[in-house]
Amino acid sequence: MAFETPKITYTGKIKSIAIGKGDQAILLGDESSYPFHLFEGEMPNTPRIAMEVYDVAPEDWAEAALKPFTGVTEDPVAWAKRNVEEYKADMVCLHLISTDPNGLDRPADEAAQTAKKVADAVDVPLIVWGVDNDDKDAEVLRKVAEVCEGKHLIIGPVVEGNYKQVGAGAIGYKHTAIASTPIDINLAKQLNILLGNLGVPDEQIIVDPTTGGLGYGIEYTYSVMERIRMAALTQQDERLQFPMICNLAREVWKTKEAKLTAEEAPTMGDPEKRGILMEGVTAVVLLLAGADILVMRHPEAVKLVREMIGELMAAA
Amino acid sequence: MALTGIQIFKLLPKTNCGECGVPTCLAFAMALAAGKAELASCPYVSDEAKAQLAEASAPPIRPLAIGTGDNAVKIGGETVLFRHEKTFVNPPGLAVLVSDGMDDAEISGRLKRFNELKFERVGLTLRPELVAVKDESGDATKFVGLIERVKKETDACLILMSEKTDVLAAGVKACAERVPLIYAVTDGNVDALAGLAKEHNCPLAVKAKDLDELSQLTAKLDQAGIKDIVLDPGSRGFRKAFEDEVFIRRAALQQKFRPLGYPTITFPCEMTDDPMKETLYAAAFIAKYGGIIVLSDFHGYGLFPLLVERMNIYTDPQRPMTMKQGIYEVGNPDENSPLMITTNFALTYFIVSGEIEASRIPSYLLVMDTEGLSVLTAWAAGKFVGDAMGMFIKKSGIEEKVKKKRIIIPGLVAAVSGDLEEELGSDWEVAIGPREAAHISAFLKAK
Ligand code: SF4
Repeated sequence: MAFETPKITYTGKIKSIAIGKGDQAILLGDESSYPFHLFEGEMPNTPRIAMEVYDVAPEDWAEAALKPFTGVTEDPVAWAKRNVEEYKADMVCLHLISTDPNGLDRPADEAAQTAKKVADAVDVPLIVWGVDNDDKDAEVLRKVAEVCEGKHLIIGPVVEGNYKQVGAGAIGYKHTAIASTPIDINLAKQLNILLGNLGVPDEQIIVDPTTGGLGYGIEYTYSVMERIRMAALTQQDERLQFPMICNLAREVWKTKEAKLTAEEAPTMGDPEKRGILMEGVTAVVLLLAGADILVMRHPEAVKLVREMIGELMAAA
Repeated sequence: MALTGIQIFKLLPKTNCGECGVPTCLAFAMALAAGKAELASCPYVSDEAKAQLAEASAPPIRPLAIGTGDNAVKIGGETVLFRHEKTFVNPPGLAVLVSDGMDDAEISGRLKRFNELKFERVGLTLRPELVAVKDESGDATKFVGLIERVKKETDACLILMSEKTDVLAAGVKACAERVPLIYAVTDGNVDALAGLAKEHNCPLAVKAKDLDELSQLTAKLDQAGIKDIVLDPGSRGFRKAFEDEVFIRRAALQQKFRPLGYPTITFPCEMTDDPMKETLYAAAFIAKYGGIIVLSDFHGYGLFPLLVERMNIYTDPQRPMTMKQGIYEVGNPDENSPLMITTNFALTYFIVSGEIEASRIPSYLLVMDTEGLSVLTAWAAGKFVGDAMGMFIKKSGIEEKVKKKRIIIPGLVAAVSGDLEEELGSDWEVAIGPREAAHISAFLKAK
């Protein structure tokens, strides 16, 4: 018996989306194979890494995660610039933490101005992420969409409870909507159908399957992503053929294991390296499951994962 | 099952006597192929046909063990490519490398870390299992000396690595009772190592320059009667190694290609000098099909994420995203312990119970059925609100377990406290906990 390379043929293809402005625009998606299965299909666009910026200084970040951003955490524009210029981020993901009604509850207008400033300050595409509050996000993201017309942002999370308002903003001002559902392939498909019915063009939808942290449910995310890709590529499930985004940094860094000091957890080793590798390992798992955008935090983790993507994208 | 109904039919007597319970041999063959009948129901099937059918129904990836007893590392036996199809069964063994070319301090350090790096998590102990002992000196005495040392200082399962048959033979003799993995058969030493593996009943690794050669070598070993085989396709570039893992798993499962129907061994330690990068390579092989993963060294900061990843990837994918409604004890709470309430979304539960555990303050956690919604969503949907919570708390039976009737609610739903107080009555106190689970520990300790 001779060995024959076991290849499969795909019948579907992921849709392609373009984000960012002008010649700095980035293409995503368009895969016709499982992640990095380049021996039997194509992955014309490299998965990308977006680095986080908060619109107010983070209060509860681990020491190790704050250090690379010393001096810029109070200034989203400077922070975004550092991400791009120093840490070579492919994109920036602005988290509008200040708009949380249970926190500072800042108005939509103010947040939208921040988004605009950040979008103006960097050449790379911008993702704007709300606070997981349907109503407030609807209000804020609509405003962001309007003020940032022409920037081709990615905005979200768009959920069943606010898809009409945010979706309308995405259509009207040509941004990409993050269709976000809680780790469930059927709900993901349903929301994509709703967005389609609303009139959001396919080239303006990216799926957020909801990311569980390492040790806190990442396996659910991993499998729902693999199922989505399988349905998209081998079962022609047209309403699942979208690129995917994983907002992983906050899930990794909020866990107690990422925050324990060396004294508190001597066997877990250096807290900085631990945090970097928890983030890196999480990113690798999600890449293999089909992530097109990874939202990450620590520059060292970003660097390691970028190299990893480079190796996975090179022919063997 | 590799054989189709028609293939099985050809092996049956074709007399249609009906004694198997179905009228024809063909019908019986179809039932067998579908897994709905037992071969034993046909009294007339020949021994030769039995052997062929047994061979065909053997697991597509051979399960095997390295080591003995409770400590043994079981690998192989996988039946799917994607974990959502069925559980991945045998998590990859994690190994650290020591060699007789290393200085004493280096060896001591690695073995010490092997012994010390254990992590308790959700009632499980996460730890690495294997030490790979490598001969670099070419000197059997030195090699055996190192093996003896590893045996004495650890309870590890062993992988013995040498390019010299006589050195390997001496090594295997020194630890045969621990059933080591012998590494590795190559083109030139098939007979010698097959003999060694047989003599000591040990599993045998095969290293080839590509999957073709690998298949040929395992076919030879199979003929020599060796069953417990571990595959090393020889690739040391990460990209190529990833491809080989995919090809091997697919060949075994989809093509039922026997020569590659074995677990694999991977060597991130030989793919890079950067320990951080090595960890990420290992992370990829945990998800994509590594059977054993050999690392150059263990450090808590890299080993911990890998062990957690391994636990996650190898959990039962059917495990629901919701928890059963009820009273959960974290630590060993007594009648004076704090009492908290949250929703039954599994991720919410993991995070909250993890934080309580980390506080080391034993507590009761009430988990309320909110149809799997997280705290804020359940509240918005009207499922995690004062009157419903109050009714649940009263019915839960918690009143018999705690002396002080004080319920801590998530800070995100502080707004329900009035309704909840009303529902529970004046002998209950409603306290508002932190908004973020991460602050639970500080909250509990402040009391
Ligand atoms: S008992 Fe055996 S020989 Fe008789 S019908 Fe069944 S399969 Fe055929």
